[in-house]
Amino acid sequence: MTAEEWQIVWFTAWVSALSTLAILPFGLALAWALARRDWPGKSIVETLVALPLVMPPVATGLILLEILGRRGAIGGFLHDKLNLDIIFTWRAVLIALGVMSFPLLVHFARVAFEEVNPRLEQIARTLGAGGWRVFFTITIPLAARGIVAGMILAFARALGEFGATIMVAGNIPGKTSTLSLSIFQNVQLGEDAHAFRLLGVSVVMAFAAVWCSQFLMRRKGKSR
Amino acid sequence: MSLLLKNISLALAHFTLEVDVKVRSRVTAIFGPSGSGKTSLLDLIAGLRSARSAFIQLGDRVLTDTEKNVSVATHQRGIGYVPQDLALFPHLSVRGNLLYGRKAGGADNPLFNFEHVTELSGGEKQRVALARALLASPQLLLLDEPLASLDTPLKAKIIPYLARIRDEFKIPMLCVTHDRFEALTLADEIVVLVDGKVMQTGPVSEVFTRPANAEVARLVAVETLQPGTVTSVHEGLAAVNVNRATLTALAPPIESREVFVCIRGEDVILQRDAATASSVRNRLPARVVALRPEGALVRVELDAGFPLFALVTRPACAELALREGEAITALIKAPAIHLVPR
Repeated sequence: MTAEEWQIVWFTAWVSALSTLAILPFGLALAWALARRDWPGKSIVETLVALPLVMPPVATGLILLEILGRRGAIGGFLHDKLNLDIIFTWRAVLIALGVMSFPLLVHFARVAFEEVNPRLEQIARTLGAGGWRVFFTITIPLAARGIVAGMILAFARALGEFGATIMVAGNIPGKTSTLSLSIFQNVQLGEDAHAFRLLGVSVVMAFAAVWCSQFLMRRKGKSR
Repeated sequence: MSLLLKNISLALAHFTLEVDVKVRSRVTAIFGPSGSGKTSLLDLIAGLRSARSAFIQLGDRVLTDTEKNVSVATHQRGIGYVPQDLALFPHLSVRGNLLYGRKAGGADNPLFNFEHVTELSGGEKQRVALARALLASPQLLLLDEPLASLDTPLKAKIIPYLARIRDEFKIPMLCVTHDRFEALTLADEIVVLVDGKVMQTGPVSEVFTRPANAEVARLVAVETLQPGTVTSVHEGLAAVNVNRATLTALAPPIESREVFVCIRGEDVILQRDAATASSVRNRLPARVVALRPEGALVRVELDAGFPLFALVTRPACAELALREGEAITALIKAPAIHLVPR
């Protein structure tokens, strides 16, 4: 493996991990609200959150491009006020990965929250624990395996993201180039040896992620 | 400390729970058949669900007042709650469970050494759940069917434990049950709840012997309820002194000399001739005190050394030519006499 290839693997791994961590608080909050509360517009939010799973990633990327570009609502604001550019930087990669893996995290966390017996949370409240304490000492620990499994799958989804990333971040070597983008580019250029080495790394990383998540889900099944 | 439940109206699936009672005793049983709204009432008191209208006051603290939009949060109510499934936290050790809400006390206990709550037996789980609620120093303890999931030998172990909590902690307890003998063992007063409506409230023995209406009578169905003393137990049979009479009954599962003797009216057989041999263990010479027709039946009040009630059919009553003041023999099979510790 060349230094350049290592850089791509490293960049892909950390930006995927960072995107998973970045969406975690929002994902958990939304999953909890979907699992435990009824509110107007709930079904619309549910559908919106699931959209990136079923829409063509390139289409999602185009939406992000429109929003985050210098003429977009958010991109324009950040450029004018903070002199911060999103598009074609690592930040765009981060956002694309986060948006694309968000539905997976929310889905798994929601199922995990729904499986926590609400009676346990209620009894914790009678023991003097307020809402936050119940959430962090009862709900989160009991849902932990499902949440972690969801995080791993979100991370795996981010590792393989292609369509949305190429729309908002391009494929700038050493800057926004991720594993999947490089594999595609190397095949295009006929650099098969490069492509196969990166392919091997992708397979190992994906296998490890899915295996970990299945291991966690199996243990969860056993403990009940 | 008294608990005031006023103007409670909570819509449930098949009926509306309507309660208006003041609870003063140490242990009050909320008694009624399954699905009569008992657990919903406990949830309401604990603040785990809200009602269309409710006024709940514990001592001088108003916990819920829907008219003034007052609702103290569950975690600030200071009400301990042991639900029917106990709700032990499966991800915490026994110690973690016990100390979760601890405010005071909690000397070392052998139970602390268990790693996981799953290692505990049914009775131990029950005790951990009770101890966990008590360690949070509640001002009121809610127990939902504390004995329902236990078999008879385990019940015998838990009952004295509950009695000790009642006597030592001086916390008022509200105890949901559908078992009349549990109600009799644990409670001083009883609130009979049927389909969300309070049918009768009062001291347990009074409600059991003087049900306010046919519905309560059908539920409690104990016509005779007398304090008695077990004098000896031999081969599973107990000799019990009730006033001037001595009865033979199946020994209670719990070792207790002081008992309530419960006899259902339909289990008492009346006979003119005392000499006939039969398998019945208890043949009591009695005198008819009063006859009260109740539909197809006649309630016969007897003096058998203690007040005894028999339910017989009208034709049987006519055939025996029962009259007030007459002598008769009352037969009761030993298994038909229930002994309940008091």
